[in-house]
Amino acid sequence: MPKVTIDGVTIEVEPGTTIMNAARKIGGDLVPPAMCYYSTLKTSGGKCRVCLVEVTKGSDANSNPMPKLQASCCTPVMDGMEVKNLTSPRVQDMRQGVVEFLLINHPLDCPICDQAGECDLQDLSFGYGVSGSRYKEERRTFDKIDIGDKIQLHMTRCILCYRCTYVADQLTPGRVHGVIDRGDAAEISTYIQHAVDNEMSGNMIDVCPVGALTDKTFRFKSRVWFLKPFDAHRDCEKCCGKVTVWMFGNEIYRVTSRKNVFREVECDENGQPFFICNECRYDKKDKNDWVIEGVRKKEEWSVINQGKYMLDTEKVIIDADPRLSFGRKEDRKAISMVNLKVDNKQE
Amino acid sequence: MATDIKSISLSGRKKEVSVKEMTFMEKIYLPEIAKGMGITLRHFFKKKVTINYPEEKREFSPVYRGRHILMRDENGAERCVACGLCAVACPAEAITMVAAERKPGEEGLYREEKYASVYEINMLRCIFCGLCEEACPKDAIYLTEDLIKPDFTREGFIYGKDKLVMPLEDKIEKIK
Repeated sequence: MPKVTIDGVTIEVEPGTTIMNAARKIGGDLVPPAMCYYSTLKTSGGKCRVCLVEVTKGSDANSNPMPKLQASCCTPVMDGMEVKNLTSPRVQDMRQGVVEFLLINHPLDCPICDQAGECDLQDLSFGYGVSGSRYKEERRTFDKIDIGDKIQLHMTRCILCYRCTYVADQLTPGRVHGVIDRGDAAEISTYIQHAVDNEMSGNMIDVCPVGALTDKTFRFKSRVWFLKPFDAHRDCEKCCGKVTVWMFGNEIYRVTSRKNVFREVECDENGQPFFICNECRYDKKDKNDWVIEGVRKKEEWSVINQGKYMLDTEKVIIDADPRLSFGRKEDRKAISMVNLKVDNKQE
Repeated sequence: MATDIKSISLSGRKKEVSVKEMTFMEKIYLPEIAKGMGITLRHFFKKKVTINYPEEKREFSPVYRGRHILMRDENGAERCVACGLCAVACPAEAITMVAAERKPGEEGLYREEKYASVYEINMLRCIFCGLCEEACPKDAIYLTEDLIKPDFTREGFIYGKDKLVMPLEDKIEKIK
Protein backbone atom coordinates (compact mmCIF):
# COMPACT_ATOMS: atom_id res chain seq x y z
CA MET A 1 0.00 0.00 0.00
CA PRO A 2 1.41 3.40 -0.94
CA LYS A 3 2.51 5.73 1.80
CA VAL A 4 2.01 9.43 1.29
CA THR A 5 3.18 12.34 3.41
CA ILE A 6 1.02 15.45 3.36
CA ASP A 7 2.35 18.46 5.26
CA GLY A 8 4.51 16.11 7.29
CA VAL A 9 1.70 13.71 8.22
CA THR A 10 2.19 10.23 6.79
CA ILE A 11 -0.73 7.99 5.93
CA GLU A 12 -1.04 4.65 4.17
CA VAL A 13 -3.84 4.49 1.63
CA GLU A 14 -5.25 2.15 -1.03
CA PRO A 15 -3.50 2.28 -4.40
CA GLY A 16 -5.23 4.69 -6.76
CA THR A 17 -6.45 7.03 -4.02
CA THR A 18 -6.13 10.67 -4.94
CA ILE A 19 -4.12 13.11 -2.86
CA MET A 20 -7.37 14.85 -1.93
CA ASN A 21 -8.91 11.69 -0.50
CA ALA A 22 -5.70 10.82 1.32
CA ALA A 23 -5.73 14.29 2.88
CA ARG A 24 -9.38 13.91 3.82
CA LYS A 25 -8.51 10.66 5.57
CA ILE A 26 -6.04 12.60 7.71
CA GLY A 27 -8.56 15.41 8.11
CA GLY A 28 -8.05 18.78 9.74
CA ASP A 29 -6.76 21.97 8.21
CA LEU A 30 -4.44 20.36 5.69
CA VAL A 31 -7.33 19.17 3.49
CA PRO A 32 -7.22 21.17 0.26
CA PRO A 33 -10.45 23.05 -0.47
CA ALA A 34 -12.60 21.80 -3.33
CA MET A 35 -15.11 23.67 -5.42
CA CYS A 36 -15.75 21.20 -8.23
CA TYR A 37 -14.67 17.82 -6.83
CA TYR A 38 -17.50 15.84 -5.22
CA SER A 39 -16.55 12.42 -3.92
CA THR A 40 -19.91 10.79 -4.59
CA LEU A 41 -20.17 12.05 -8.17
CA LYS A 42 -17.99 10.09 -10.56
CA THR A 43 -15.55 11.92 -12.86
CA SER A 44 -16.11 15.23 -11.03
CA GLY A 45 -13.10 17.39 -10.26
CA GLY A 46 -10.18 18.96 -12.03
CA LYS A 47 -11.95 22.13 -13.07
CA CYS A 48 -11.76 24.77 -10.39
CA ARG A 49 -8.03 24.48 -9.54
CA VAL A 50 -8.39 25.57 -5.92
CA CYS A 51 -7.18 22.17 -4.70
CA LEU A 52 -3.76 22.45 -6.36
CA VAL A 53 -0.92 21.21 -4.13
CA GLU A 54 2.83 21.07 -4.44
CA VAL A 55 4.34 17.60 -4.87
CA THR A 56 7.89 17.94 -3.55
CA LYS A 57 8.77 14.29 -4.11
CA GLY A 58 7.09 12.24 -6.81
CA SER A 59 7.64 8.78 -5.37
CA ASP A 60 10.30 6.51 -3.90
CA ALA A 61 11.16 5.28 -7.39
CA ASN A 62 11.49 8.75 -8.87
CA SER A 63 12.21 11.29 -6.19
CA ASN A 64 12.08 14.33 -8.47
CA PRO A 65 9.53 16.97 -7.52
CA MET A 66 6.68 17.62 -9.93
CA PRO A 67 7.52 20.90 -11.69
CA LYS A 68 4.01 22.29 -11.63
CA LEU A 69 1.38 22.30 -8.94
CA GLN A 70 -0.94 19.30 -9.16
CA ALA A 71 -4.71 19.14 -8.80
CA SER A 72 -5.05 17.00 -5.69
CA CYS A 73 -8.53 15.80 -6.59
CA CYS A 74 -7.33 13.90 -9.66
CA THR A 75 -3.70 13.04 -8.93
CA PRO A 76 -3.30 9.51 -7.56
CA VAL A 77 -0.79 8.99 -4.78
CA MET A 78 2.47 7.09 -5.34
CA ASP A 79 4.45 5.23 -2.74
CA GLY A 80 6.70 7.65 -0.87
CA MET A 81 5.06 10.76 -2.32
CA GLU A 82 5.54 13.96 -0.38
CA VAL A 83 2.94 16.67 -0.71
CA LYS A 84 2.90 20.20 0.63
CA ASN A 85 -0.33 22.11 0.99
CA LEU A 86 -0.47 24.53 3.91
CA THR A 87 3.30 24.54 4.34
CA SER A 88 3.97 25.62 0.77
CA PRO A 89 3.99 29.37 0.12
CA ARG A 90 3.70 28.63 -3.58
CA VAL A 91 0.37 26.88 -3.03
CA GLN A 92 -0.96 29.64 -0.83
CA ASP A 93 0.04 32.23 -3.40
CA MET A 94 -1.56 30.24 -6.21
CA ARG A 95 -4.78 29.75 -4.28
CA GLN A 96 -5.10 33.45 -3.74
CA GLY A 97 -4.80 33.89 -7.48
CA VAL A 98 -7.35 31.18 -8.25
CA VAL A 99 -9.85 32.71 -5.85
CA GLU A 100 -9.36 36.04 -7.55
CA PHE A 101 -10.09 34.36 -10.85
CA LEU A 102 -13.21 32.67 -9.50
CA LEU A 103 -14.43 36.00 -8.17
CA ILE A 104 -13.91 37.84 -11.45
CA ASN A 105 -17.41 37.20 -12.67
CA HIS A 106 -19.01 36.40 -9.34
CA PRO A 107 -21.35 39.15 -8.20
CA LEU A 108 -21.01 40.52 -4.68
CA ASP A 109 -24.60 39.80 -3.77
CA CYS A 110 -23.99 37.69 -0.67
CA PRO A 111 -26.49 39.83 1.29
CA ILE A 112 -29.19 38.68 -1.12
CA CYS A 113 -27.96 35.18 -1.91
CA ASP A 114 -29.65 32.30 -0.07
CA GLN A 115 -26.40 30.34 -0.03
CA ALA A 116 -24.62 32.90 2.15
CA GLY A 117 -23.42 31.30 5.36
CA GLU A 118 -22.91 27.88 3.82
CA CYS A 119 -21.17 28.89 0.61
CA ASP A 120 -17.85 27.34 -0.35
CA LEU A 121 -16.78 30.35 -2.34
CA GLN A 122 -17.58 32.67 0.55
CA ASP A 123 -15.37 30.62 2.87
CA LEU A 124 -12.65 30.45 0.28
CA SER A 125 -12.61 34.17 -0.40
CA PHE A 126 -12.68 34.82 3.34
CA GLY A 127 -9.66 32.57 3.73
CA TYR A 128 -7.61 33.41 0.67
CA GLY A 129 -9.24 36.29 -1.15
CA VAL A 130 -8.15 39.86 -1.22
CA SER A 131 -10.65 42.56 -0.34
CA GLY A 132 -10.24 44.49 -3.57
CA SER A 133 -10.60 43.42 -7.18
CA ARG A 134 -8.20 44.28 -9.98
CA TYR A 135 -10.74 43.44 -12.63
CA LYS A 136 -11.73 46.53 -14.56
CA GLU A 137 -13.79 45.01 -17.37
CA GLU A 138 -17.49 44.45 -17.20
CA ARG A 139 -18.65 41.33 -15.39
CA ARG A 140 -20.76 38.91 -17.34
CA THR A 141 -24.37 38.99 -16.23
CA PHE A 142 -27.38 36.84 -16.94
CA ASP A 143 -31.04 37.10 -16.14
CA LYS A 144 -32.22 34.63 -13.55
CA ILE A 145 -33.82 31.54 -15.01
CA ASP A 146 -36.45 29.22 -13.56
CA ILE A 147 -35.44 25.61 -13.99
CA GLY A 148 -38.77 24.02 -13.26
CA ASP A 149 -41.02 25.55 -10.64
CA LYS A 150 -38.76 24.64 -7.71
CA ILE A 151 -35.23 25.54 -8.78
CA GLN A 152 -33.92 29.00 -9.52
CA LEU A 153 -30.78 29.37 -11.59
CA HIS A 154 -28.66 32.48 -11.10
CA MET A 155 -26.17 31.99 -13.87
CA THR A 156 -24.30 35.12 -12.78
CA ARG A 157 -23.20 33.36 -9.60
CA CYS A 158 -22.16 30.13 -11.33
CA ILE A 159 -18.49 29.15 -11.30
CA LEU A 160 -18.96 26.32 -13.84
CA CYS A 161 -17.97 23.44 -11.58
CA TYR A 162 -20.20 21.03 -13.54
CA ARG A 163 -21.35 19.30 -10.35
CA CYS A 164 -25.03 19.77 -11.17
CA THR A 165 -24.66 18.23 -14.60
CA TYR A 166 -23.04 15.19 -13.00
CA VAL A 167 -25.99 14.91 -10.65
CA ALA A 168 -28.29 15.02 -13.62
CA ASP A 169 -26.19 12.44 -15.46
CA GLN A 170 -25.67 10.03 -12.62
CA LEU A 171 -28.77 10.36 -10.48
CA THR A 172 -31.54 11.02 -12.92
CA PRO A 173 -32.27 9.21 -16.15
CA GLY A 174 -32.37 11.50 -19.16
CA ARG A 175 -30.50 14.72 -18.53
CA VAL A 176 -32.16 17.81 -19.89
CA HIS A 177 -29.68 20.45 -18.83
CA GLY A 178 -26.02 21.01 -19.39
CA VAL A 179 -23.35 23.53 -20.18
CA ILE A 180 -23.74 25.26 -23.50
CA ASP A 181 -21.31 27.51 -25.36
CA ARG A 182 -17.61 27.70 -24.64
CA GLY A 183 -15.03 29.72 -22.76
CA ASP A 184 -16.23 32.97 -21.32
CA ALA A 185 -19.67 32.44 -22.83
CA ALA A 186 -20.21 29.03 -21.22
CA GLU A 187 -23.39 28.78 -19.19
CA ILE A 188 -25.59 26.21 -17.51
CA SER A 189 -28.88 25.98 -19.28
CA THR A 190 -31.78 23.73 -19.86
CA TYR A 191 -32.05 23.25 -23.56
CA ILE A 192 -34.63 25.84 -24.66
CA GLN A 193 -35.81 26.29 -21.07
CA HIS A 194 -36.84 22.69 -20.58
CA ALA A 195 -38.05 22.10 -17.09
CA VAL A 196 -36.01 19.74 -14.98
CA ASP A 197 -38.78 17.67 -13.48
CA ASN A 198 -37.15 14.53 -12.29
CA GLU A 199 -37.60 12.96 -8.86
CA MET A 200 -33.98 13.52 -7.83
CA SER A 201 -33.33 16.80 -9.62
CA GLY A 202 -33.40 18.79 -6.37
CA ASN A 203 -29.99 17.42 -5.44
CA MET A 204 -28.50 19.89 -7.88
CA ILE A 205 -29.19 22.51 -5.23
CA ASP A 206 -27.24 20.60 -2.61
CA VAL A 207 -24.19 19.97 -4.73
CA CYS A 208 -23.93 23.56 -5.97
CA PRO A 209 -20.93 25.09 -4.15
CA VAL A 210 -22.23 28.62 -4.70
CA GLY A 211 -25.71 30.11 -4.82
CA ALA A 212 -26.27 29.51 -8.52
CA LEU A 213 -28.93 26.88 -7.95
CA THR A 214 -31.27 27.66 -5.09
CA ASP A 215 -34.44 26.21 -3.67
CA LYS A 216 -37.41 28.31 -4.76
CA THR A 217 -39.55 27.12 -1.85
CA PHE A 218 -36.93 28.63 0.48
CA ARG A 219 -36.16 31.67 -1.62
CA PHE A 220 -35.69 34.72 0.63
CA LYS A 221 -37.63 32.97 3.43
CA SER A 222 -34.91 33.28 6.02
CA ARG A 223 -31.17 33.23 6.44
CA VAL A 224 -29.33 30.03 7.31
CA TRP A 225 -27.98 31.46 10.54
CA PHE A 226 -31.46 32.11 11.89
CA LEU A 227 -32.39 28.47 11.43
CA LYS A 228 -31.43 25.45 13.45
CA PRO A 229 -30.51 22.28 11.55
CA PHE A 230 -31.91 19.00 12.86
CA ASP A 231 -31.33 15.51 11.54
CA ALA A 232 -34.64 13.90 10.64
CA HIS A 233 -35.93 10.89 8.74
CA ARG A 234 -39.15 9.53 7.30
CA ASP A 235 -40.16 6.49 5.30
CA CYS A 236 -39.88 7.35 1.64
CA GLU A 237 -40.09 4.88 -1.23
CA LYS A 238 -38.16 7.07 -3.60
CA CYS A 239 -35.14 7.87 -1.48
CA CYS A 240 -33.41 7.06 1.79
CA GLY A 241 -35.54 9.62 3.66
CA LYS A 242 -32.60 10.76 5.78
CA VAL A 243 -32.42 14.53 5.67
CA THR A 244 -31.55 17.69 7.58
CA VAL A 245 -34.51 19.90 8.35
CA TRP A 246 -33.86 23.58 8.98
CA MET A 247 -36.22 24.84 11.61
CA PHE A 248 -37.23 28.15 13.11
CA GLY A 249 -39.00 27.25 16.32
CA ASN A 250 -41.43 24.52 15.33
CA GLU A 251 -41.61 25.48 11.68
CA ILE A 252 -39.63 23.72 8.96
CA TYR A 253 -38.22 26.28 6.55
CA ARG A 254 -36.34 23.97 4.26
CA VAL A 255 -35.14 20.41 3.85
CA THR A 256 -31.66 19.53 2.59
CA SER A 257 -29.57 16.42 2.46
CA ARG A 258 -27.12 15.73 5.26
CA LYS A 259 -23.75 17.23 4.60
CA ASN A 260 -20.43 16.29 6.16
CA VAL A 261 -17.48 18.54 7.00
CA PHE A 262 -16.47 18.66 3.34
CA ARG A 263 -19.95 19.99 2.45
CA GLU A 264 -20.72 16.75 0.64
CA VAL A 265 -23.71 14.49 1.08
CA GLU A 266 -23.14 11.91 3.81
CA CYS A 267 -22.92 8.26 2.86
CA ASP A 268 -24.08 5.09 4.57
CA GLU A 269 -21.72 2.19 5.42
CA ASN A 270 -21.74 0.94 1.84
CA GLY A 271 -20.78 4.30 0.41
CA GLN A 272 -24.28 4.99 -0.86
CA PRO A 273 -24.90 8.74 -0.60
CA PHE A 274 -28.03 10.05 1.12
CA PHE A 275 -29.41 11.93 -1.86
CA ILE A 276 -33.03 12.85 -1.31
CA CYS A 277 -36.05 13.04 -3.58
CA ASN A 278 -38.01 16.12 -4.50
CA GLU A 279 -41.03 15.11 -2.47
CA CYS A 280 -38.99 15.07 0.74
CA ARG A 281 -37.26 18.28 -0.20
CA TYR A 282 -40.12 20.49 -1.30
CA ASP A 283 -43.40 19.08 -0.07
CA LYS A 284 -42.78 17.79 3.43
CA LYS A 285 -42.57 21.01 5.40
CA ASP A 286 -44.70 19.89 8.32
CA LYS A 287 -42.98 18.92 11.54
CA ASN A 288 -45.27 15.88 11.88
CA ASP A 289 -43.96 14.42 8.62
CA TRP A 290 -40.57 13.85 10.14
CA VAL A 291 -39.04 11.95 13.02
CA ILE A 292 -36.51 14.40 14.42
CA GLU A 293 -33.34 12.78 15.68
CA GLY A 294 -31.42 15.69 17.12
CA VAL A 295 -29.50 18.88 16.46
CA ARG A 296 -27.00 18.63 13.64
CA LYS A 297 -23.51 19.69 14.72
CA LYS A 298 -21.87 22.24 12.48
CA GLU A 299 -18.24 23.24 12.37
CA GLU A 300 -17.30 25.42 15.29
CA TRP A 301 -16.59 28.46 13.14
CA SER A 302 -19.80 28.21 11.14
CA VAL A 303 -22.22 31.13 11.33
CA ILE A 304 -25.04 28.57 11.41
CA ASN A 305 -24.25 28.03 15.09
CA GLN A 306 -25.67 31.51 15.70
CA GLY A 307 -29.19 30.12 15.35
CA LYS A 308 -30.65 30.09 18.80
CA TYR A 309 -34.18 29.02 18.04
CA MET A 310 -34.65 25.57 19.53
CA LEU A 311 -37.59 23.22 19.53
CA ASP A 312 -40.07 23.61 22.37
CA THR A 313 -38.92 21.61 25.32
CA GLU A 314 -41.39 19.22 26.89
CA LYS A 315 -42.47 19.71 30.46
CA VAL A 316 -40.77 17.29 32.78
CA ILE A 317 -43.13 15.64 35.27
CA ILE A 318 -41.41 13.94 38.17
CA ASP A 319 -43.11 10.71 39.04
CA ALA A 320 -43.41 11.22 42.80
CA ASP A 321 -45.95 12.05 45.46
CA PRO A 322 -46.95 15.67 44.74
CA ARG A 323 -46.99 16.32 48.49
CA LEU A 324 -43.28 15.62 48.48
CA SER A 325 -42.47 19.16 47.43
CA PHE A 326 -45.30 20.61 49.43
CA GLY A 327 -44.21 19.69 52.95
CA ARG A 328 -46.17 18.80 56.04
CA LYS A 329 -49.16 20.84 57.03
CA GLU A 330 -47.71 21.97 60.33
CA ASP A 331 -44.48 23.01 58.60
CA ARG A 332 -46.34 25.04 56.05
CA LYS A 333 -47.58 27.43 58.71
CA ALA A 334 -44.08 28.69 59.29
CA ILE A 335 -43.54 29.53 55.64
CA SER A 336 -44.12 33.19 54.98
CA MET A 337 -45.81 32.43 51.67
CA VAL A 338 -48.47 30.25 53.22
CA ASN A 339 -51.21 32.67 52.23
CA LEU A 340 -50.36 32.47 48.55
CA LYS A 341 -52.72 30.39 46.49
CA VAL A 342 -51.18 27.07 45.63
CA ASP A 343 -52.74 25.06 42.85
CA ASN A 344 -52.73 21.60 44.35
CA LYS A 345 -55.69 19.36 43.80
CA GLN A 346 -54.66 16.92 46.50
CA GLU A 347 -55.30 19.56 49.12
CA MET B 1 -33.42 40.93 83.80
CA ALA B 2 -34.01 41.45 80.12
CA THR B 3 -31.68 44.07 78.63
CA ASP B 4 -33.23 46.97 76.86
CA ILE B 5 -33.23 46.57 73.09
CA LYS B 6 -31.86 50.09 72.72
CA SER B 7 -28.63 49.19 74.45
CA ILE B 8 -27.84 46.09 72.41
CA SER B 9 -25.27 46.59 69.70
CA LEU B 10 -25.32 43.75 67.19
CA SER B 11 -22.69 45.28 64.98
CA GLY B 12 -20.53 46.42 67.85
CA ARG B 13 -20.35 49.88 66.37
CA LYS B 14 -23.30 51.45 68.08
CA LYS B 15 -22.41 54.71 69.77
CA GLU B 16 -24.48 56.97 71.88
CA VAL B 17 -24.82 60.49 70.51
CA SER B 18 -23.69 63.16 72.92
CA VAL B 19 -25.76 66.28 73.23
CA LYS B 20 -23.38 69.19 73.62
CA GLU B 21 -24.59 72.50 74.81
CA MET B 22 -24.49 75.21 72.11
CA THR B 23 -22.46 78.37 72.57
CA PHE B 24 -24.10 81.81 72.59
CA MET B 25 -23.14 82.47 68.93
CA GLU B 26 -24.72 79.23 67.91
CA LYS B 27 -27.77 79.90 69.93
CA ILE B 28 -28.72 83.19 68.23
CA TYR B 29 -28.60 81.47 64.79
CA LEU B 30 -28.24 84.74 62.88
CA PRO B 31 -24.65 84.26 61.62
CA GLU B 32 -25.52 80.81 60.36
CA ILE B 33 -28.58 82.14 58.53
CA ALA B 34 -26.46 84.84 56.89
CA LYS B 35 -23.90 82.24 55.86
CA GLY B 36 -26.58 80.05 54.28
CA MET B 37 -28.21 82.95 52.45
CA GLY B 38 -24.77 83.91 51.15
CA ILE B 39 -24.45 80.53 49.45
CA THR B 40 -27.93 80.87 47.97
CA LEU B 41 -27.20 84.36 46.65
CA ARG B 42 -23.93 83.25 45.14
CA HIS B 43 -25.83 80.76 43.00
CA PHE B 44 -27.98 83.55 41.53
CA PHE B 45 -24.98 84.83 39.60
CA LYS B 46 -23.61 81.45 38.55
CA LYS B 47 -24.14 79.88 35.10
CA LYS B 48 -27.37 77.88 34.97
CA VAL B 49 -26.98 74.14 34.75
CA THR B 50 -30.49 73.53 33.42
CA ILE B 51 -31.94 74.36 30.02
CA ASN B 52 -35.51 74.93 28.78
CA TYR B 53 -35.66 71.49 27.20
CA PRO B 54 -38.11 71.37 24.33
CA GLU B 55 -37.19 74.88 23.15
CA GLU B 56 -33.51 74.57 23.75
CA LYS B 57 -31.65 71.36 23.04
CA ARG B 58 -28.32 70.26 24.34
CA GLU B 59 -25.62 69.53 21.86
CA PHE B 60 -25.05 65.82 21.43
CA SER B 61 -21.69 64.19 21.27
CA PRO B 62 -20.65 63.66 17.64
CA VAL B 63 -20.67 59.89 18.23
CA TYR B 64 -24.06 59.85 19.93
CA ARG B 65 -26.15 56.83 18.98
CA GLY B 66 -29.92 57.25 19.08
CA ARG B 67 -32.93 56.07 17.14
CA HIS B 68 -32.23 54.00 14.03
CA ILE B 69 -33.03 55.01 10.49
CA LEU B 70 -33.27 52.86 7.38
CA MET B 71 -31.70 54.89 4.62
CA ARG B 72 -32.82 55.43 1.08
CA ASP B 73 -30.38 55.66 -1.79
CA GLU B 74 -29.87 58.66 -4.06
CA ASN B 75 -33.01 57.73 -6.04
CA GLY B 76 -35.17 57.35 -2.96
CA ALA B 77 -35.24 53.54 -3.04
CA GLU B 78 -34.80 51.56 0.16
CA ARG B 79 -31.32 50.26 0.61
CA CYS B 80 -32.04 47.40 3.02
CA VAL B 81 -31.96 43.95 1.44
CA ALA B 82 -32.94 42.03 4.61
CA CYS B 83 -29.67 40.15 4.68
CA GLY B 84 -30.02 39.59 8.41
CA LEU B 85 -26.48 40.62 9.31
CA CYS B 86 -27.70 43.33 11.67
CA ALA B 87 -29.94 40.83 13.44
CA VAL B 88 -27.14 38.32 13.83
CA ALA B 89 -24.74 41.03 15.02
CA CYS B 90 -27.26 42.42 17.52
CA PRO B 91 -26.17 41.39 21.02
CA ALA B 92 -29.57 42.25 22.47
CA GLU B 93 -31.49 40.35 19.77
CA ALA B 94 -33.68 43.36 19.21
CA ILE B 95 -33.98 43.13 15.43
CA THR B 96 -36.33 40.90 13.46
CA MET B 97 -37.12 40.97 9.79
CA VAL B 98 -39.02 39.21 7.05
CA ALA B 99 -37.66 39.32 3.52
CA ALA B 100 -39.65 39.51 0.32
CA GLU B 101 -38.90 39.49 -3.35
CA ARG B 102 -39.24 42.66 -5.37
CA LYS B 103 -41.90 42.48 -8.04
CA PRO B 104 -41.42 43.97 -11.51
CA GLY B 105 -42.32 47.64 -11.41
CA GLU B 106 -41.10 48.21 -7.85
CA GLU B 107 -37.55 49.08 -8.89
CA GLY B 108 -38.02 52.64 -7.68
CA LEU B 109 -39.10 51.50 -4.24
CA TYR B 110 -36.42 48.95 -3.45
CA ARG B 111 -32.89 49.05 -4.72
CA GLU B 112 -32.24 45.31 -4.99
CA GLU B 113 -34.31 42.26 -5.82
CA LYS B 114 -34.78 41.39 -2.17
CA TYR B 115 -36.13 43.76 0.43
CA ALA B 116 -37.41 43.73 3.99
CA SER B 117 -41.19 43.55 4.05
CA VAL B 118 -41.14 43.63 7.84
CA TYR B 119 -38.31 45.20 9.79
CA GLU B 120 -38.76 45.64 13.50
CA ILE B 121 -36.50 46.90 16.23
CA ASN B 122 -37.56 46.51 19.82
CA MET B 123 -36.32 49.74 21.33
CA LEU B 124 -36.73 48.36 24.84
CA ARG B 125 -34.26 45.61 24.05
CA CYS B 126 -31.90 47.75 22.00
CA ILE B 127 -28.77 48.86 23.82
CA PHE B 128 -27.72 51.35 21.10
CA CYS B 129 -24.33 49.75 20.66
CA GLY B 130 -24.26 50.46 16.93
CA LEU B 131 -23.16 46.98 15.90
CA CYS B 132 -26.03 46.80 13.38
CA GLU B 133 -24.65 49.91 11.72
CA GLU B 134 -21.23 48.30 11.54
CA ALA B 135 -22.53 44.98 10.22
CA CYS B 136 -24.66 46.45 7.45
CA PRO B 137 -23.11 45.69 4.05
CA LYS B 138 -25.46 48.02 2.21
CA ASP B 139 -25.07 51.18 4.34
CA ALA B 140 -28.77 50.91 5.05
CA ILE B 141 -29.09 51.27 8.82
CA TYR B 142 -27.73 54.21 10.75
CA LEU B 143 -28.14 55.42 14.29
CA THR B 144 -29.29 59.03 14.37
CA GLU B 145 -29.15 61.73 17.00
CA ASP B 146 -32.88 61.45 17.65
CA LEU B 147 -34.19 60.19 20.94
CA ILE B 148 -36.74 57.44 21.43
CA LYS B 149 -40.06 59.04 22.28
CA PRO B 150 -41.71 57.97 25.52
CA ASP B 151 -44.77 55.80 25.21
CA PHE B 152 -47.40 54.29 27.46
CA THR B 153 -47.33 50.76 26.07
CA ARG B 154 -44.55 48.27 25.49
CA GLU B 155 -45.85 47.64 21.98
CA GLY B 156 -45.28 51.28 21.17
CA PHE B 157 -41.54 50.72 21.46
CA ILE B 158 -41.45 48.08 18.75
CA TYR B 159 -40.54 50.26 15.81
CA GLY B 160 -41.62 48.97 12.43
CA LYS B 161 -40.74 50.18 8.99
CA ASP B 162 -43.24 53.04 9.33
CA LYS B 163 -41.04 54.64 11.98
CA LEU B 164 -37.63 53.45 10.83
CA VAL B 165 -37.51 54.11 7.10
CA MET B 166 -36.23 57.54 6.21
CA PRO B 167 -39.26 59.65 5.18
CA LEU B 168 -39.31 60.49 1.51
CA GLU B 169 -39.72 64.21 2.26
CA ASP B 170 -36.39 64.21 4.10
CA LYS B 171 -34.76 62.56 1.13
CA ILE B 172 -36.17 65.12 -1.28
CA GLU B 173 -34.95 67.92 0.94
CA LYS B 174 -31.48 66.45 1.12
CA ILE B 175 -31.26 66.17 -2.65
CA LYS B 176 -32.15 69.88 -2.95
